[in-house]
Amino acid sequence: MKLLTHNLLSSHVRGVGTRGFPLRLQATEVRINPVEFNPDFVARMIPKVEWAALLEAADTLHLVEVPKEPIQGYEQDETFLRKMHHVLLEVDVLEGTLQCPESGRLFPISRGIPNMLLTDEETKT
Amino acid sequence: MALPSSLNRYLLLMAQEHLEFRLPEIKSLLSLFGGQFTSSQETYGKSPFWILSIPSEDIARNLMKRTVCAKSIFELWGHGKSPEELYSSLKNYPVEKMAPFLHSDSTYKIKILTFNKTLTQEEKVKRIDALEFLPFEGKVNLKKPQHIFSVLEDYGLDPNCIPENPHNIYFGRWIADGQRELIQSYSVKKRHFIGNTSMDAGLSLIMANHGKVKENDIVFDPFVGTGGLLIASAHFGAYVYGTDIDYNTVHGLGKASRKNQKWRGPDENIRANLRQYGLEKYYLDVLVSDASKPSWRKGTYFDVIITDPPYGIRESTRRTGSQKEIPKGIEKCPESHVPVSLSYHLSDMFFDLLNFAAETLILGGRLVYWLPVYTPEYTEEMVPWHPCLKLISNCEQKLSSHTSRRLITMEKVKEFENRDQYSHLLSDHFLPYQGHNSFREKYFSGITKRIAKEEKSSQE
Repeated sequence: MKLLTHNLLSSHVRGVGTRGFPLRLQATEVRINPVEFNPDFVARMIPKVEWAALLEAADTLHLVEVPKEPIQGYEQDETFLRKMHHVLLEVDVLEGTLQCPESGRLFPISRGIPNMLLTDEETKT
Repeated sequence: MALPSSLNRYLLLMAQEHLEFRLPEIKSLLSLFGGQFTSSQETYGKSPFWILSIPSEDIARNLMKRTVCAKSIFELWGHGKSPEELYSSLKNYPVEKMAPFLHSDSTYKIKILTFNKTLTQEEKVKRIDALEFLPFEGKVNLKKPQHIFSVLEDYGLDPNCIPENPHNIYFGRWIADGQRELIQSYSVKKRHFIGNTSMDAGLSLIMANHGKVKENDIVFDPFVGTGGLLIASAHFGAYVYGTDIDYNTVHGLGKASRKNQKWRGPDENIRANLRQYGLEKYYLDVLVSDASKPSWRKGTYFDVIITDPPYGIRESTRRTGSQKEIPKGIEKCPESHVPVSLSYHLSDMFFDLLNFAAETLILGGRLVYWLPVYTPEYTEEMVPWHPCLKLISNCEQKLSSHTSRRLITMEKVKEFENRDQYSHLLSDHFLPYQGHNSFREKYFSGITKRIAKEEKSSQE
């Protein structure tokens, strides 16, 4: 699971609503996966990023050189874009969990794939 | 309606398959490249010859870099219903437009293409000779000419009734071919990882074109299966997300769909499929998730949602819920336990899908999905509706004598507000589709009736 994805995911446990974001990340296995740098794509993603959530996740994974916020004229700043590219797309959580900040419910990540399915009890109306 | 003289006329030679899907594909692609669909023809129907106006050759070339419905495009220099009309039309084509391609330093060749008839070499040569009046100054080069000109003769569509003379003859400068060879390159037969309902390569590419997928888009498939639609989208430069409720499919585990194979191998998952085609860099993530209970945070971040939801025939329609029953045939794997096997009523599924699209698509983004239909009862009013989404196209593909599926393309034209979630209930569109909750029964009804008939007649 990439950090870009983590930034877009929220808990959907009943009753949690917007308090389900961001999910608390815990990782037991992380891999750095080189991905071809595409500045245009990265620049497009910047406005969509929730920075506080990104910084929290990056911190949990002990990542360094993570920009604290989008800088002026980021679209042309290759250094900035390369750092964001690395954080958003090259850090892959293979094993770990995502925790709902409101209910505490854990969603497992295995083989890089998060499992967001809820059980019978959790979906009872 | 007279065509503006500043626009150039082009002849598209279309492939004769997926007939209904062709016009929406061309229109979507032209709009993607800043052109607009303008033509003097009212409809194109079954014909493979389409004349249209395109503002520039660049747009025409961009169109051909994407289309799988069109075989080739020509700059149209003349046409008519007879050779005489053709020659007269050519004489009216401005010489200054011809000149750049005919000058003495250039090389060229002329091809005679006939449709629904075969000509002898002699007959072809005669036709080339008849074009001598054109001011060609360059040299003929049959192997690697700089410019290729074609005469296209249309002998109709009925192979059992071939006319003596063509209905239409066209002359044009060949510009580019379409992407039909992708259909072979992406063929499901060669793909590492397939499922029971993997989408035909041609249709996946058409879907991506209907959706106006473009470079650097984020494309999402909520019923991703083995990822065929993501492959098509990634091919056009989009970064892709997928979710599916089936743990085994998402992880690439369990029983294989290939005839001689029992279990899936280690190279069989969605990521591997993209890797097979050199598209791995476009893989964002896949998740195990229930499309009726999405885990995406509030916001608009998908450019296109493109999907083939389950119809409940070859794959079951499922969602998580509170029933204890587990359907037969799901392999036992503790982590993959799907808590429900509530049959996901089709009308609910489309309602959820449209709401989800209205909420998460960027403004102007498109939703492309298949709608299964019981043909005898189908009416246009049944196509699901949403106040934020505008219907762009609706193309039918027959599945059986009484069922078909329709490829629906919608575009988000209005931002989602909470109250939009329920407006469908006020619409007349909601009630008619409810009848399709029993699509599965109706799909099989033809078979059960026939069996009952056969049993009855064998008893008599």
